[in-house]
Amino acid sequence: MKFLWFVVSGLIGGAFAGMGMGGGTFLIPLLNIFYDVEQHLCQAINLISFIPMAVISLILHFKNKLVDTKGVLYIIIPGTLTAIGGCFLAKIIKGELLKRIFGGFLIGLAILQLILFIKEVKKGNKKVKEI
Amino acid sequence: MEIKKDSKKEKIIMIIAGLFTGFINGIFGGGGGMIIVPILTLILAKQSKIAHATAILIILPMTIVSAVFYLIFGEFEIKTGLPVGIGVILGGIIGSILLKKLSCKWVTVIFILVMLFAGGKMLLF
Repeated sequence: MKFLWFVVSGLIGGAFAGMGMGGGTFLIPLLNIFYDVEQHLCQAINLISFIPMAVISLILHFKNKLVDTKGVLYIIIPGTLTAIGGCFLAKIIKGELLKRIFGGFLIGLAILQLILFIKEVKKGNKKVKEI
Repeated sequence: MEIKKDSKKEKIIMIIAGLFTGFINGIFGGGGGMIIVPILTLILAKQSKIAHATAILIILPMTIVSAVFYLIFGEFEIKTGLPVGIGVILGGIIGSILLKKLSCKWVTVIFILVMLFAGGKMLLF
């Protein structure tokens, strides 16, 4: 049962990740809330399982001409450096606290998405009116 | 001249976005995509689907580096990682196909609701 739940959690997380919609933001809570998987382990699993998934989904996205590589190194290089810093900081924070901070991060993301969504809907309405 | 100025400003935005996204992705073991997608669409004026696909390319190297460090720190466990990994790969293929076909609107609504619930639960309990 546990095994099945892990696969299903992966499926849901992977589907959102493949859409570029925050796979880990689904996968980590699914593992943590329902099966109490330790926060650092959740994060490690998310990172590692993202790699093959990203490679496959990038091949598909490149085929569909959805990837725009212009200037991406300006984002990737500094990001890779601070990622290392983030890893070290995660290591020294205890699992229980890291889980709570992560929860706060998810709420922040939800609020950000809500603002963007409202903006998008308003823009859509304007367009309809203009027509 | 004007174009040059703009491209310089764009580069600075990209670097700052990268610094922030990488840090988030490292400390939380994910979530960087959720930061970079709105930056790509709103500030760098990329189309939504392009932004979502490009985000994966941007996050991949940050994730590889982070994964190596989490492995070094001994945070990984194959017993849990393997079934989840199988699911993620299959789910990733499904998601990649869906991205081409679906509007992101309903995905966003689901996302907001799930994140509010999951975030609240993890923060408080």
